[in-house]
Amino acid sequence: MTQDLRCEEVIDKLLEYLDRELDRETEDALAQHMETCRACFSRAEFERRLRARVRETGKARAPESLRQRVHAIMERY
Amino acid sequence: MTGDKGNEIWRQSARAFFQAEVERLMDRLYGTALRLTGNRSDAEDLVADSLAKAWNRLSGLQDRQAFEKWVFRILINGFISDCRRQKTRPCEVGADREGEFSLFEKLHQPFLLWWGTPEQELLDKLLRADIENALDALPEEFRLAVVMVELWGLSYAETAEMLDVPVGTVRSRISRGRSLLQSALWHQAREAGLLKGEAKGTAG
Repeated sequence: MTQDLRCEEVIDKLLEYLDRELDRETEDALAQHMETCRACFSRAEFERRLRARVRETGKARAPESLRQRVHAIMERY
Repeated sequence: MTGDKGNEIWRQSARAFFQAEVERLMDRLYGTALRLTGNRSDAEDLVADSLAKAWNRLSGLQDRQAFEKWVFRILINGFISDCRRQKTRPCEVGADREGEFSLFEKLHQPFLLWWGTPEQELLDKLLRADIENALDALPEEFRLAVVMVELWGLSYAETAEMLDVPVGTVRSRISRGRSLLQSALWHQAREAGLLKGEAKGTAG
């Protein structure tokens, strides 16, 4: 059985929820709350989209010079 | 089989494995290094040095499934060592401690729920460069936490172990880092005139 949460409690735990850092029971309680609370659901979706945009910045085409350096390192040792 | 022949077989297998993994991870490693160092030259050096260490130590890696996190750990350790050597770029925090900032709370207008969502519209307008600038401007230790948790999907416990700090410290840094990131995005959006109903660069 999941506990009933208030919106403030959900918002307080939301980022840890999205990081999968909560215990199972609390995670279920947040998920259940967001099935019926449009405001908290909207906020969760916003945070999800923002972090997806942030994640994109962690990938960039490596320059050819770097690839050649790595190749040379492997040849040397 | 002679020892030399066995060594050669291991070396060929290791080389094939390493090349394939490096090819798979190269753009992520370089992108991460760019976010950490803030410039292409240092990012390139950081990745090259990290991969040189990884290649030299590959025989010590027991579980090849763990290669991705292992090489990421080498990169993070390399970055932290470089930081400590360069006194002009300290890793310790000196950031101001303003209150928590939420972009959603700044933008969301409940009465517009069915007619418009300013916060979603802003996400559509933000350029990759806007987000890069906001992330690059974070103080080092907050940026490290955001990179490790958001870009690499590490758990708080894994991040804490890698940084040799308590889990509570990671929780606090990631929360603070996100808050500062959202605050920076808000200010950039305001300067660029992306916020509806606000004159360019004038809101408080």
